[in-house]
Amino acid sequence: MLTLTNVSKRFGGLTVLQDVSFTVPQGKVFGLIGPNGAGKTTVFNLITGLLEPTGGGIEFDGASLVGVPPHRITRRGLGRTFQNIRIFKEMTLIENVVVGMHAHLSYGLPSWLFSLPDFRAREKRARDRAHELLSWVGLDAKAHDIADNLSYGDQRKLELARALATEPKLLLLDEPVAGMNSGEKVQLMKVVADIAKRGFTVFMIEHDMRFVMGLCERIAVLNFGKIIAEGAPDEIKNNPTVIEAYLGREDDEETAA
Amino acid sequence: MMEWFDGFWSIYSNLVLTIGINALLALSIWLTLSCGLLAMANAAFMGVGAYTAAILTMNFGAPFPLALAGGIAAPTLLALVIGGPTLRLSGVYLAMATLGFGEVVRVTILNAESVTGGALGLNGIPQLTEWWHVVAALVGTLLILWRLRRSRIGRAFEAIKEDDVAASLMGIAVRSHKMLAFALGAAIAGLAGALNAHLTFFIGPSEYGFDRAVDILTMTILGGTSALTGPVLGALIVTVLPELLRGFKDFRTMINGAILVIIVLFLPKGLWDPQRLRQLVRRGAH
Repeated sequence: MLTLTNVSKRFGGLTVLQDVSFTVPQGKVFGLIGPNGAGKTTVFNLITGLLEPTGGGIEFDGASLVGVPPHRITRRGLGRTFQNIRIFKEMTLIENVVVGMHAHLSYGLPSWLFSLPDFRAREKRARDRAHELLSWVGLDAKAHDIADNLSYGDQRKLELARALATEPKLLLLDEPVAGMNSGEKVQLMKVVADIAKRGFTVFMIEHDMRFVMGLCERIAVLNFGKIIAEGAPDEIKNNPTVIEAYLGREDDEETAA
Repeated sequence: MMEWFDGFWSIYSNLVLTIGINALLALSIWLTLSCGLLAMANAAFMGVGAYTAAILTMNFGAPFPLALAGGIAAPTLLALVIGGPTLRLSGVYLAMATLGFGEVVRVTILNAESVTGGALGLNGIPQLTEWWHVVAALVGTLLILWRLRRSRIGRAFEAIKEDDVAASLMGIAVRSHKMLAFALGAAIAGLAGALNAHLTFFIGPSEYGFDRAVDILTMTILGGTSALTGPVLGALIVTVLPELLRGFKDFRTMINGAILVIIVLFLPKGLWDPQRLRQLVRRGAH
């Protein structure tokens, strides 16, 4: 569904990503893990068009995404959330989600100017759908609260509902449980699992191993800008290079080797 | 009663219509602010509209509706041209670039003497603006902006104001929405300028400079940017206050300024702040 081929990104002399290649298969939950500063968020920023790769290709549903502006990429069916939550704080929850439907709400100037039935019907449908999406993440009861008043965990869920409102074929989640307590993590795990069951392909970046291992069917590991392993959760768990990247290597071994 | 009104109108008609025109100007900058753009070119757009309309009626004998249309079209086109490079900027950088543009407009008017009369301005503009023209312009603008706010476009403006990166990832074409807000703001400012020119008999280049740009921003910030009521209320106060303070003679502008500072200090979100009003009502109910 989404294929990265030899993607590189350099900021001046600093190489952040080097020859990164992997494929996110349709209908699966795919995870990208790696230590802090490995370049995971940069991968998302390249895919969603916020940055342009220095080299390599990114293909989604057979069409290249390189050089396409972010709003067009979203309209092709890529929704995302952010590591450092970027909801619209001064809007209500329902407004946040309806903003996500922007590209799918089409009515002409006379319709909104004179509030014609066509305008009202489409707006109502958007609101109904927004309520439905909020209920998926368990926030429908707070639909008319101001987003800024939500707890941290709820803000992440709202961002998820808002990303779903763009009607993505592929959903990119950037550290969905960062900063959550364990109760909230379990809750969100169920929410994401449900979303995957509804037929969305999910691609997540995550630090929390239990969350990743519990949800993902395939995992790629990024370290210092390179993919060092890819496979099913069990393979990754027992892969020596991965263990080394996460836990380091003991000095003794180094001298022995 | 009728006599009283006639007396009032003969003295204050100009002031009342100026409130309406200032409200249009305040709404024009409110629109760009609602899209998160601190664009300070509205005074210049007003000037372009005023000069275009005045020249159309004086030199070409154009009928008033045509002059108004010209006064709207010229600044809108100009906004579409300068919007390309300037709307890449944000925050104070955009403010600086648009203020710079305002200076360019002022100096151009000053030096194009054969058409604009240079520093002497244009004299003897026919007084074609009737009270109902101003009312119709204001009501029409309010109606359009009110509907706009409730549409996907208004929501997109709001989203861009809060976080333009997140907005672009919601599928919103950020640059074209910014351009729309900027051009529509220019159109409203141009309309205000065209109406004003045909009300005041005289226009000069100094009327559309830095002072006016700050005045327009003051009206909107003072009134509050959270709803359409704010800019209208702000325009009313900023226009009427100096008249009410006439008795203070030389101290007038000082007291005028002090009142504005006090309002902004104690009501940072402006006079019209629905959230605060709701709180006040709730407190009153207890």
